[in-house]
Amino acid sequence: MSFWDQALEVARIDLRIERRIGDVLRIVLPFAVVALLVFPLALGIELSAISRLGPAVFWAIGILFGMQVALRQTADDRPERRDLYSLLGLDPAARFVGRCLSGSVLMAGFLLVLLIATIVLYSPDLPPGWPTPVFAGLALTAIGLTELGTLAGEVTAGLRNRTALASLIVAPLALPIVIGASQTLESLARDAGILRWLILLVATDLALAVAGVALARPLEEASR
Amino acid sequence: MGALVVLEDSGVTLGGRSILRGLSLSLGAGEVLGIAGPNGSGKTTLLRLLATLLRPDRGGGQVLGAALGSAEVYQVRRQIGMIGHTPAVIGELSLRENLEHAIRLAGADPSRIEPALRVVGLDEAAHRTVETSSHGMLRRTEVARLLITEPRLLLLDEAYSGLDFYAQELIDALIERATADGGAVVVVSHDLRYLVERAGRVLNLSAGRLEPVP
Repeated sequence: MSFWDQALEVARIDLRIERRIGDVLRIVLPFAVVALLVFPLALGIELSAISRLGPAVFWAIGILFGMQVALRQTADDRPERRDLYSLLGLDPAARFVGRCLSGSVLMAGFLLVLLIATIVLYSPDLPPGWPTPVFAGLALTAIGLTELGTLAGEVTAGLRNRTALASLIVAPLALPIVIGASQTLESLARDAGILRWLILLVATDLALAVAGVALARPLEEASR
Repeated sequence: MGALVVLEDSGVTLGGRSILRGLSLSLGAGEVLGIAGPNGSGKTTLLRLLATLLRPDRGGGQVLGAALGSAEVYQVRRQIGMIGHTPAVIGELSLRENLEHAIRLAGADPSRIEPALRVVGLDEAAHRTVETSSHGMLRRTEVARLLITEPRLLLLDEAYSGLDFYAQELIDALIERATADGGAVVVVSHDLRYLVERAGRVLNLSAGRLEPVP
């Protein structure tokens, strides 16, 4: 089985498990939408303020709840499953890529629903032609956050309190992604160029992908 | 034919505690080795060392020709099969899905899944999820996986515990098949009676050291 076949098989099973237990769809997403509702309710009829706040609230809620999505695989990664994967000859780098693929699909779906809810609730001022750059920024953010969550899960595998530790690792490292993502929307609203923010997101995603693949084997060995 | 497993003065320390101390061992093709010992004596750690899932921090050794602790182990891991204390299955999947997932990753022939399920008596129950299956059914799923992947080195950690007579016979058949095909088997148990019945040689692991059973 090739590297990519292994990665796709891991992603396929991760998505099947998510479809069955629905952590993201049934738990994280409804709470995130409720959190989005809080601001318009608090601000009342100040429609211009609500409209201005929309993009900032979207990214604040998106990043906060998105990390729950990114770190969800960390919690159920039992040692027996890791050992089984090793003895089946699964390349640790393929496992990393597979988990990033499934996580990115979930994260992108999660952010997309949140974006639609934001547009409905906040009516933010977006210039004509906004969908392409916004969707590009959203996809790159989804990939980056998932890579970061998966990498943090690998770094903390085998440790006690790993979920808390993973969150501590992710928070500071997510900064370039948070800046790139939020500035993409902000620049669009101001009719300024967004290319440099997209480049920041692409560079961060690539750096995390290279780190995840290169460190997959040593991290797996260190986790035992 | 050379030994499939060689340990030379190997030691393993976990969490600052020396679990295995200076173990030397050789296991040839067709051999069944029994390892007895009290709880906490390091039996599971020894199996994990032989499965190449742990690296020795002293001494060395080889498993299926790959030096322990080297990158060569990635080439031989697929030829090692292990049944551990806790069944290695994914809780959210059915027994058949677990088997299919493992067989795909191992690159084995998927057409062998249904015959293997029939052999272990799970063909009618393979749709059940892990959560609604008994311990014995999960063990049978593992046996089905090993029947398909045909490991050269089979490692069994208390694999008989909690199994009915028929399931125990399935594991015995797995052992016979592995040794008949030129493989080797290590069976770990604290039940000396089982080991004496099944293994050609039985060693006792005590305080991290191997010694012959009197």
